[in-house]
Amino acid sequence: MASTPLVDRHEHGYGAPHGHRHPAHQFETMAQQKESSTLGMWLFLVTEIMFFGGLFTAYMVYRHMYPVAFQVASSTLDATLGGTNTAVLICSSLTMALAIRSAQVNQLKRIVPFIVATMVFGMIFLGIKYVEYANKFHENHVPGPSFNLVLEDAQEAQAAAAADPLYQRHAEIFFSLYFIMTGIHATHMIVGLGILAVLIYFARRRKFDAEYYNPLEMTGLYWHFVDIVWIFLFPLLYLLGAHTH
Amino acid sequence: MDTAPVTTTAETAFERPNYLNADYGWKSWLFTLDHKRIAILYLISVTIFFAIGGTFAGLIRLELLTPEGDLMGPDTYNRMFTMHGIIMVFFFLIPAIPAVLGNFLIPLMVGAKDLAMPRLNLASWYVYNLGGLFTLWAIVHGGVDTGWTFYTPFSTTYSNTYVVPTALGIFITGFSTIFTALNFIVTIHRMRAPGLSWFRLPLFIWSMYATSLIIMLGTPVIAITVLCVGLERVLHLGIFDPRLGGDPVLFEHMFWFYSHPAVYIMILPAMGVVSELVAAFARKKVFGYRVVAFASVAIAVLGFLVWGHHLFVAGESVYSATVFSVLSMLVAVPSAVKVFNWTATLYEGSISYQTPMLYALGFIGLFTIGGLTGVMVATLGIDVHVHDTYFIVAHFHYVMVGGTIMGYLGGLHYWWPKITGRLYPGFASKLSALLVFVGFNLTFFPQFILGYMGMPRRYWSYPPEFQVLNVLSTAGASVLGIGYLLPILYFAWSLKYGEKSGDNPWGAVGLEWDTPSPPPTENFYTTPVVTHGPYEYTRDDVHNRMTQEATIG
Amino acid sequence: MAEHHQHPITPVRTYVFVWLALLVGTVLTYVFARSDFGWANTPIALVIAVTKALLVLYFFMELRHSTRMTVLTAVAGFFWLILMLSTFMMDYGTRMAVVLPVPGK
Repeated sequence: MASTPLVDRHEHGYGAPHGHRHPAHQFETMAQQKESSTLGMWLFLVTEIMFFGGLFTAYMVYRHMYPVAFQVASSTLDATLGGTNTAVLICSSLTMALAIRSAQVNQLKRIVPFIVATMVFGMIFLGIKYVEYANKFHENHVPGPSFNLVLEDAQEAQAAAAADPLYQRHAEIFFSLYFIMTGIHATHMIVGLGILAVLIYFARRRKFDAEYYNPLEMTGLYWHFVDIVWIFLFPLLYLLGAHTH
Repeated sequence: MDTAPVTTTAETAFERPNYLNADYGWKSWLFTLDHKRIAILYLISVTIFFAIGGTFAGLIRLELLTPEGDLMGPDTYNRMFTMHGIIMVFFFLIPAIPAVLGNFLIPLMVGAKDLAMPRLNLASWYVYNLGGLFTLWAIVHGGVDTGWTFYTPFSTTYSNTYVVPTALGIFITGFSTIFTALNFIVTIHRMRAPGLSWFRLPLFIWSMYATSLIIMLGTPVIAITVLCVGLERVLHLGIFDPRLGGDPVLFEHMFWFYSHPAVYIMILPAMGVVSELVAAFARKKVFGYRVVAFASVAIAVLGFLVWGHHLFVAGESVYSATVFSVLSMLVAVPSAVKVFNWTATLYEGSISYQTPMLYALGFIGLFTIGGLTGVMVATLGIDVHVHDTYFIVAHFHYVMVGGTIMGYLGGLHYWWPKITGRLYPGFASKLSALLVFVGFNLTFFPQFILGYMGMPRRYWSYPPEFQVLNVLSTAGASVLGIGYLLPILYFAWSLKYGEKSGDNPWGAVGLEWDTPSPPPTENFYTTPVVTHGPYEYTRDDVHNRMTQEATIG
Repeated sequence: MAEHHQHPITPVRTYVFVWLALLVGTVLTYVFARSDFGWANTPIALVIAVTKALLVLYFFMELRHSTRMTVLTAVAGFFWLILMLSTFMMDYGTRMAVVLPVPGK
């Protein structure tokens, strides 16, 4: 049976205030409101680019200064787990895009399942991250008083020490950056999950349809951006030393 | 400009519904979504922080009356100048004009009912206060002694003061400015009235737009930088720690990448105010409107390319220092262009010397001195000698106090009738302006000489030969303090006893003056339709204004 | 059917193709990283990452249907990041080599 539309459908001119939806009082039309939200969200993402950008800059500087230490430290990360996480986030971006699309084409019953799928992928990501952090903790690769980098391969350790006698200290910088960058990324993911949960609440109350789905779209932009950050984090943090093993 | 101005007598404007009498009670203020009320909330907050920051300044100057350190110990002195800097920079200079005047005026000047995101606007005020609370908590518990610049590794490892709460306060307040800037950019792009094209906007809007661009692009970098400092202190995630091979100069790069554009966040809004004041009090459109508009954007962009001049003697490479030196001289050009254009606006204008104009003229002179000394210190050879001396202190106070604060006060006086519907007392205001100007120069000009003679900054004692100039400076600071106190008093007085101003006491031309003073909550009774550019002053305007002049300070 | 949209709706097929392309890119970057191409390892990884990012931006984030202002905003953000990266390297790339003292020597 064809799904009954939840709202009145009627023809209207572009840009004219219409139907049952009214823009907020400061706006003239729904279109103005939507364009304002979109621009606003992109501006916020620009701040996020510069926020993470500061960390990428610090990473670039120290990698330039201590290439050997960075390579050695990176090789102790599990690139398979990292790669899996990359794939998980990519899947979550797909489901997020499909959630928004469902609203756009008025397949409103699909919105919540797609958001839930996005959240599941997000939680898988965080679960794998937890495993990775636990591994680092057990290997004493967490910066601080207990930090102790001991390479399994003695030859590799010797070569590293020859190239950079202080490579273990410099590696601690790598791990600091690793934890700060992935930690802040994970925090963004957690916030994103919170927002997605709120979206589920509103979607179930039928707040979204083809005429109004701004919050879905804005959250989607945020979620995709967090995915893009990880797309860069993965090769830069995990794959530096992948060719040495 | 085409809507018939609502003509009312001063008294009836007050009885009509306006944004001040629309609703009463603390809830109507603390939960307001009206940009005009939020501007007033900000006015109260920034004034409080200004008073706190000024108190620290007073204590510094008291200590420096004598060469020996006798008022307080050296560690305490370190906390004095640190807290003075942090509060003045982050909690006064950066938010003042944008959050008070920008919030109030931008929707009015673009012909909109409110900003694009009113709830975000209110949130930004609360976030500002939350950040302020963290910082105040730190102050009450003894403050921070790292200098407002938080250089590592002292701030990350060796300082025994409340670095983390203060850094957290700054981190949180940064979001407040980002929210405001985001709101401004979206509003200016999307909510202009019909007919209001970009080149018909007042120059204040252009300045606020450029300021907002800087805020969006720069503030996140200081956010991540102070966050890293906090993480290093708390979790030992050391990226600035030299024991691990960390580079303290990297901190300086990251810190100044924001903090230099931050000074343009502080000065651009003041320049925008000055453009408005010069046009209104010379009864003339600003000379070279498009050039001034583009200069604002040029300052914003170039301002991001010069921060290395804070690191000339810190250890950056000679090659990059040279590049930064050249670029720093380049960034002075659009600022100078503005000064030339304001001067050209004054030429053959019909000038009246009311209080806002006094501040605008003061700005032009003092900012020029500050800016020229900036070019001096952009010169590598000079900076090697004057870096970390009082020469630098004098330079930045000339631009931040002689510049920004004069612009802020001028704007407050000019738009006070718009905001409150009242006039401030003319004699008191002119007296204050004079005290501020004289006090300011007496405070800071001797510091140029002190710095050039070699007195270092951030020192709690100094060689006796520097005492005379220090005494002059402290005397000036006392005068300046009175000059700042008086407006707080007479503005408060005017709320109850000030003469009612009428809708447009200055006879100024601008969308904000086409609506009653104080404005109704929705700003305009009908959406204005704009048919010509700003500052369209005519001979009639001059005549009308002159008949009103006698009663207004 | 909805006529309210300012831009056409992306078909599911497109999203799925982009998703597949992103997964392929991930595998590729992993595979390339396992081989030693010397100095070229990093540029290869970055090219793949940038391509993936562009796919997400253009398709998932709908930049291809967005207004010029939106696209300009996104471009400006990334441009500023590149500005920050390059100007920092202007210092770090031109410093004299520092020989670290080895403890004990």
